This record gives sequence, structure tokens and C-alpha cells, in this order.
Amino acid sequence: MLRILSFVATLLIALPAQAQIDIREVESPGGITAWLVEEHSIPFVALELRFGGGANVDEEGARGAVNLMTGLLEEGAGDLDAAGFAIAAEELAASFRFSPGHDAVSVSARFLTENPDEAVALLRLALVEPRFDPEAVERVRGQVLAGIRSDRVRATAIAAQEFNARAFEGHPYAAPIEGTEESVAALTREDLLRAHEWALTRDRLHVAAVGDITAEELGDLLDRLLGDLPASAPPAPGEAEFSLAAGETVIPFGAPQSVIVFGQPGLDFDDPDYFAAFVMNEVLGGGRFSTRLMRELRETRGLTYGVGTALISRDHANALMGQVSVPNARAGEAVELIRQEWARMAEQGITAEELERTQTFLTGAYPLRFDGNANIAQILVSMQAEGMPIDYPNTRNERVMAVTVEDVQRVAAELLSLDRLHFVIVGQPEGLAAAE
Amino acid sequence: MMAKFAAVFMAVLFCALPLRAQEVTSFTLDNGLDVVVIEDHRAPVVVHMVWYRVGAADEPPGKSGIAHFLEHLMFKGTETRASGEFSATVEAQGGRDNAFTSWDYTGYFQRVAADRLDLMMEMEADRMVNLRLPEAEVLTERDVVLEERNQVVEGSPGAIFREIQRAALFMNHPYRAPIIGWRDEIAALTPEDAVAFYDAHYAPNNAILVVAGAVEPEDVRELAQAHYGPIPANAALPPRTRPQEPVHRAERRFTYADARVSEPYVSRSYLAPNRRSRAQEEAAALTVLAELLGGNPATSVLGQALQFQEQVALFTGASYMSVALDPSSFDLVIAPLPGVSLQEAEDAMDRVIADFLRDGVDPAQLERVKTRIRASEIYARDNVQGLAQRYGEGLASGLAVEDVQGWPEVLQAVSADDVMAAARAVFNRDRAVTGWMVQAEDAEAEGGEE
Repeated sequence: MLRILSFVATLLIALPAQAQIDIREVESPGGITAWLVEEHSIPFVALELRFGGGANVDEEGARGAVNLMTGLLEEGAGDLDAAGFAIAAEELAASFRFSPGHDAVSVSARFLTENPDEAVALLRLALVEPRFDPEAVERVRGQVLAGIRSDRVRATAIAAQEFNARAFEGHPYAAPIEGTEESVAALTREDLLRAHEWALTRDRLHVAAVGDITAEELGDLLDRLLGDLPASAPPAPGEAEFSLAAGETVIPFGAPQSVIVFGQPGLDFDDPDYFAAFVMNEVLGGGRFSTRLMRELRETRGLTYGVGTALISRDHANALMGQVSVPNARAGEAVELIRQEWARMAEQGITAEELERTQTFLTGAYPLRFDGNANIAQILVSMQAEGMPIDYPNTRNERVMAVTVEDVQRVAAELLSLDRLHFVIVGQPEGLAAAE
Repeated sequence: MMAKFAAVFMAVLFCALPLRAQEVTSFTLDNGLDVVVIEDHRAPVVVHMVWYRVGAADEPPGKSGIAHFLEHLMFKGTETRASGEFSATVEAQGGRDNAFTSWDYTGYFQRVAADRLDLMMEMEADRMVNLRLPEAEVLTERDVVLEERNQVVEGSPGAIFREIQRAALFMNHPYRAPIIGWRDEIAALTPEDAVAFYDAHYAPNNAILVVAGAVEPEDVRELAQAHYGPIPANAALPPRTRPQEPVHRAERRFTYADARVSEPYVSRSYLAPNRRSRAQEEAAALTVLAELLGGNPATSVLGQALQFQEQVALFTGASYMSVALDPSSFDLVIAPLPGVSLQEAEDAMDRVIADFLRDGVDPAQLERVKTRIRASEIYARDNVQGLAQRYGEGLASGLAVEDVQGWPEVLQAVSADDVMAAARAVFNRDRAVTGWMVQAEDAEAEGGEE
């Protein structure tokens, strides 16, 4: 028996067009809650699971355990070895993707309407009964180690890792989820079993399904899929303090460009000023052609192929971060331009015209995201993880439209700070005023 | 020649077979513009794409990169629109736009709410013929492209390796040059080069319009006629014939060393036939072959033998580029585990290929590959932009709508014998380039803080 907790017919008032999407919250007989969009026009289902915790549950001496564990879920489970599992998935034409992250392990599954029971039984094996055979552990460990080694000679990875290591010192966020060569080499089977027990639990689970499936079928399926997982996980780590001060860190690297990762503290999605900050970031460097940073660095000076900034909102830390690659000879000029735009935004905020243009873009673009079963399933899980209500798509554009020029001015002045803005520069930069 | 009231030839190619259930309509305007409409009414969204049948392989000698450079310049102004106004207008509709260049095509697309299609067509038709390029903007954009090259090529040892490999594989065909262009040739491109290339190749009779999403074909036809219809065909469109490959008589080999390489690998690229209109069978067999040899590591021939049984490889792969106007390549790659030399890895890969040529196809594996191909047609319908991509690149690469529609069935018809015949034909070392990627002895990239 399926109990439908609530039914919300969500009308997305997309400014130009009307997109209608019915999101239902359903609860399985076993008590697992999921958001469902029925879409019967294509005979398959996209199922998205997000197990909160992620690499944050790694123990101090076992960094990389959750990452390696996740990489092994498909490498042998139940009575199937790695090849047996892959053959079974191919015969069903089902596909499963297991993605470890700092805050969560995400599982994206697709399966055909013609064989949901078999596909779910197979996915259940991977989630509930992974084998961690020694041979598979060594094979995947070798792949993880190769990835860590290649990150050591990749400028973008070096820059990001250095930034995180210094910004979040003392917190799991300081280290890459893959761990280090030393920590990964030392991981034992017991570490993997513990990572499995702690990272895939029902208490921090969010579920969304979109496609050719009914609420009743979904509830039944979820109980079979997830009912045997542990109910609860160890407590999450504390908040990460953003511990970087203003300045520049240079890491010499032989390449024609300097890769620059820059950032400062951000703010939480729950913060009442979040939307004002979001609009401000869209104008500053939000990843489109028309942002101020793109105009100054790319359109006007031809300094770079692209520059972008983003508000990073993680479970235990927030940051406003950006990245750009520029010629070594002009690295100092680029850093100075970014500082100038930072200061200009902090002092003057944005114009009424910029606000209107940005609001028009954001509100018009929002409904276009709800395109495709797999996309929608991912959005619905992210919404749940952020603690958004099920009718959030109805109110989101109102929140964007409620932002005023004064809000942005105030938030920019409070948030943006040259005293906190740090640059990590990997390359052979020239023209820097004073390197740390 | 203006066609005010054009009679439009319309062919509806709809088939209810599960293999190709999406509704696809195609027609051609009087001025030669090919139009493909793919219906998907799940969301009120449309993807509007214009593909030009011109790419990096159509560039004049010494002007490598001009196709891609022009793609950047298309976002500058026209007679009636200011520089940057195109993207700003798309953004003001909440839409996204971008463009891409390959060897055989250049494409422009916008993703917007379905009721904004009219405006997108108006703007795209405008820049098909009315582009204006002030010199200062062209020169700044050239710096942007040079930085793009620095970022995506010079910043990536793998990209440098692929450039070398391609230049060696194609001895005569312009596929040998990188899409973005050789650095010194990009730096020498002028506004006149861009205008000459634009005038020669951008015209309705050299373009394909693909509209995918919540649209009715009849509405698309009317809009296309209104916006693109008045643009005259270019009667002087150059024929699309490129220098072809001579007979390849000997394997070519190279070693590229870079300080930024941590995991060395061996890559072999064989000259291979492409999909041709009404003759896609061999390409289908090669597509299946790539899947059998290098698809899922746990089940593929190379992965099973070298990653799972012998455990000499970190990674193995096989890939084949089927869509191309001229013959393309079939590639194999192996990255050995630490302690295994590149020579041992290459020998192991060649031994597995030789065994495969002797032992033939595992029928169960072939069946599973076909099951996945069949299912991938269902999953593909979830991504209407991906479908639009198939038709755009296919039609820009010498295929007809019927070829694109028929491709899943051609794949299903591939037999084990077809696969083996294609494998025996393609695995000829005289028509291949083998490259070794190694780590340079250079401490510069080692890092360390100042």
C-alpha cells in the first residue's frame, strides 16, 4: 500500500511559455520518501539517489575510502563478479552511475520499462551487497592512484587543490575526495566496509524518479532497492572555517598560461541575502558572455578564453570562487582587473538596467532547465538536499524578482572584500605586485 | 533570385518502429536551405540550430583556423545589430546560445522557450549574410582564440599528442590540421581572410536548419520561409572536394615527451572508412567493432584480456569516428600499469587484436552490444538536443535524413562476419600511426611553493 503524503501540481510560470510539471511527494510502505514526476511518453525511468555524507564520512587516516568504495560498487556484488555484473547490466540495457562527492554519493540509474524489477534487483546488489574482492580492490585502487598522479601535473587540479587545502585547513574539504597516494595505498578492506556502512544510509537519503512509472510502482521498488541499507550514519563533520586571507600564492609550473583560482568566503543558500548575492554574481562573473569579468578580460582585452565565478554552497562551507587561464606575461594584469571589478561591485553594486537584464535572464532560463527525465530527476534531488519545499519551482522566480538594486548594493558591500580575496596562481606569472 | 512564394517540398519521415519513434520532418526551401524538424512536446523548449557545410577541412592552405575564428566572429555585429547583441538578446529571453566548429561543419545554436523561435530565426538569418567585422574587434578576438588554443591545446599534453598523431595519419587530406588551427597561422589571420571565408561559404544552399522541441513542422516551415527564404542562394558555392589520401605504404611512429604526463600510453590510429549515404554498412560494422573491443572494460575484448585477465593495463579503449565527409580514423589505446613498459603494452594490445582476428566474435557479446544500441535509441529520446546534433552533423557530413533515420537498423543488421571483415580491412599497420606518450625528464612541472 502506498501512502501519498501530498500532491502538488506545480505550475511553472515560465515568463514566455508555460511549463507544467507535476511533482508528487510519495512515501513507500517502508517509509522512504521520494519525489516523482510521471512521464509516460518514453519507456524508461530515470532514478536519482543522493546519499548525504559523501567523503565527509572518511576517517582521518582513511581519506579516499568513500571514493574507492564507490568505485567498487559495480566491480562485483552478490554472486556476480565485475564481469558478471557488467554482463547483467548490458543484457538489461540498464545503466548505473555512481558518483562520489564531498557531501554525498550520488547514484544515477536508467532502466527500461520492460525490465524494472530485474534492473532494480541488480542495482540493489551493487548498493547493498558489494563484494570488494581483493583483485577488484587492487585494480580500482590502481586507477584511483593514476588519477591522483595525473592531477599532480595538471595546472587546474593543482590550483584547485592548493586553494582548498589552504581555505579549508583542518576540515575534510581541504583534501580531494580521492585522498592522497599515501592514504589510498594504505586503505584496507575494513576501511572500505566501514565507508560502505557509513556512506550509504537511509537517514540522509534523497530520491527522485522521473519517467514511465507510477507512484505505487515506485514505492514498491524503493523498498526493495533500499530497504536493506543501514538506517543511520555517523554524525557529519562541523562547519569549515574559510581560513584564507587576502594575497597571492604562486606555484611554479611550466606552461604558456597561468591558471588562476581565486575566491573568498561566500554565504549559505539559507541566508536571506542569498538571492541578492546570486544576482550580483551573475553580473560579476556568472559564466555568461555578458558578465563584467568576461567583458573586461575577454571582450575588451583578449586576455582569456573564459572567466567565471560562482557561489559555492556546500553542506559545511560556502565560498565565492572563480577561475581563469591567462598568458603568463599578463597574469598580473588579470589579477589587478579582477580586484578592480571586485572593488567596483563592492562600492557601487549594479545598475537598474543590469538588474533588470539579469532578472529577465534568470527567470526566463529557469523553466528551460526542466528538460529531460534525467535532468529533472537531478534537479529534484538537489532541491531536496538544499531543503527546498516541493513548491520551490513556483516561488523561485518570485525570489529572483524580489531582489532590488539596493539589496545587491548592500550585500555586495557586506560580502565582497579585497581583504579576503585570495589568488592561487599556477604557472610562470609575471607582473604580480607582491607574491606571498 | 528571390522566392517570395516558394513551393516547399515536404517529406514526412515518421515511422512507428520503436527504433525511431521520434517524429522527424524534413524539407528544403527554394534557396536550398535544408530543414529538419524533430518534435518533442514534453517541455515548451526549442533548440534552434544552423549548421554550415564548411569546417576546418575546407580552409585554404596556410589559413588553418579560419573556420573556427569566423565562428567566434559571428557573435560580433551585423548591419543592424551591435557587437554582442546577438547573445545579449538570447540571454534577455532566458536562453542560451553557443557555437562549435569541426572539420566538416560549423554550427550555431540557441536553446530558448518555444515561442521565441521567431526571434532566433530572424537573428540567425541576419548574420547569415549581414555580418560586419570592425578590424579592432577582429584582432582582439584573435587574441581570445590564441588563448583558447593555449588553454585547450598547449595546456594539455593529450591534445598536443592528438595533433601530432592526426598530422601524421593524414598525409594529404586537410583533416591533418587541427580545427583551432596551427598557432602561427592563427596569429596571421586577418579580417579579410574571415570575410572571404564567410562570403564563400555562408549561404542558405550551404546550410542545414535543425529545429527540435515543442514545435509543429508546419509552423517551422512558415517561419523558416519568412526569415531564411528571402536570402538568395549562392550560385558560386565552391564544390566540396578536398585532397584525398594517397596509398599509405608504411606505418608511421612517434614519441611525444611532456613533463605534464604522469601515466604514459600507446595510441594507434588507423585510417578507416566513414559513413556514406546509402552505404553505411561498413561503418556500422566498425562502430560495433569499437564497442566489442573497447566498450565497457569489464566485458570488452581489450579490457577483459588486459585489465582483468593479464592485468597489464590501467586503461584500454577503442573508438571510431563514423560521421565524417571523408575517411576518418579507428583508434586503439592502452595505458599500462606501473612497471609495464610501453613496448610490452603495445605488444599485448597487438596480441589481443591478433587473437580476436583469429578467434572471431563472441555471439553473446554481439547480442548484448545490439541490445544496448537498441536501448540507446530509447534513452536518446530524452535528449532532444542530442537528436538535433545527429541530424545536423549527419547532413553536414554527406548523409541524408534517411541515412540518419536508418542508422539504428543498419547497426542491428551487422553480423559477426561483417565485423570480422571490417576488422581485417581496418587493422592494417601500413595505414596507421602509432604514438607513445611519455613523461619528459623535466622538473619544471613538479610544483612547490614560492
